[in-house]
Amino acid sequence: MTLDDLRAALAAVPGREWLDDALARVRTDPDTAGPLFARAERKLGREPLAGDGAWTAGRAARALLLAELADPQRIVTLYQQGDAAERLAVLAALPLLDIGDAGVPLLQDALRTNDARLVAAALGPYAAHLDAATWRQGVVKCVFMGIPLSAVDRLDDRADQELAGMLSALAQERAAAGRRMPDDATALLNRLTVADTSRKQA
Amino acid sequence: MRIFDPHIHMTSRTTDDYRAMAANGVQAVVEPAFWLGQPRTNPGSFADYFDSLIGWEPYRAAQFGIRHHATLALNPKEANDPRCRGVLDLLPRYLDKDGVVAVGEIGYDSMTPAEDEAFAAQLALAISYELPALVHTPHRDKAAGTRRTLDVVAESGIEPGRVAVDHLNEVTVGLVRDSGCWMGFSIYPETKMSPPRMVEIIKAYGTERILVNSAADWGHSDPLLTVETGKALLAAGFTADDVDRVLWRNPVEFYGQSGRLDLSETTPGATFAGSSIARGGS
Ligand SMILES: [Zn+2]
Repeated sequence: MTLDDLRAALAAVPGREWLDDALARVRTDPDTAGPLFARAERKLGREPLAGDGAWTAGRAARALLLAELADPQRIVTLYQQGDAAERLAVLAALPLLDIGDAGVPLLQDALRTNDARLVAAALGPYAAHLDAATWRQGVVKCVFMGIPLSAVDRLDDRADQELAGMLSALAQERAAAGRRMPDDATALLNRLTVADTSRKQA
Repeated sequence: MRIFDPHIHMTSRTTDDYRAMAANGVQAVVEPAFWLGQPRTNPGSFADYFDSLIGWEPYRAAQFGIRHHATLALNPKEANDPRCRGVLDLLPRYLDKDGVVAVGEIGYDSMTPAEDEAFAAQLALAISYELPALVHTPHRDKAAGTRRTLDVVAESGIEPGRVAVDHLNEVTVGLVRDSGCWMGFSIYPETKMSPPRMVEIIKAYGTERILVNSAADWGHSDPLLTVETGKALLAAGFTADDVDRVLWRNPVEFYGQSGRLDLSETTPGATFAGSSIARGGS
């Protein structure tokens, strides 16, 4: 999804006029962004957008408001002052925004929570900006919380032997407790182990 | 029996409570902001509390299949501490949030000038944010406090049908009924109101504009007393439809006035007057 895809998907939804007006207001007065961002989901609704189940009309509208705002500090503030759905919308929009590294503290905040939706959203494409140690902790937290690893962007590209070590330690603890590792975590650990063995043989 | 508890402080309750509530038919709750036992000393403490009521607590409730909404306000007790007055400036941005279905708990504790001011200011906020108001009545000097409460509500210009006056008893119910406001009853293990007394009140006043809650919090209280009241009503000869009206459709109607009540993930049939309540709209 790009911002243009979201614009196109929203072209015909009910509430489109409200959104056009909201975008115009944010353009002329960025101070109006807070209330408009809060209201966007009940104005546009929570129906999934055609083509991508991860985006609802309301969330897409919020992403367009953020793009219109185009001010890293204000975007950070909207996250900090948002409810869970607003925070999720900011996290989903981060890879689409021209914001540099300014969103990294928001990922760190989301990873500190115990809300599976926020943790998963923090490991999307924008997580490319996260340092390796934080990213690995995020992946292991997913395993802990039962979040499917499909939530993690570029999982196999970034997974390294240090992550393999953390996962295998977790697998040992789980085995000692008579508990199963999630299948996707076991599969990842196996892939990493195979990769390491063939690297050593080479 | 499906139950909507319109006033319960889940922040103070355990996961065992959520489990027991869900097992006994509680599918939706509204958590009003109130005090936490230990007085707070600055607006930042309220910001974190409000964030929790629109962030973590609804997520926690959802783990048990319970829909959680909130009412936000500076409560009357802490309105008396000048260090907390800044909470009134924080409220506007919170009152725009989707999970907020009323302004509350507002009203009187000791009937001081500071409480007068906070009460009137927050009724005005309810009007400007098009939200209903949940009004707490004082435990001491309740009849006088309720009369004064109704005067302030009338002066504010808010529609009485958008106001619930809570913690009523046999002495105060008539005043509130005549005002056109909704009548809230907190069923407690020993004080305030019990299931058998609640049955008698509904026999005398009917089921219209009646809200029954557990007001369970960090004190001696029981989140299942709504369920007990439903059973007591059935035992006294009320129909399942009467009970459904009091324990589900009435709170849905009252908070539905916010346009923000989202019951889409509760059991089908959870609608008011045949229409699905306000996912978007207003
Ligand atoms: Zn209360």
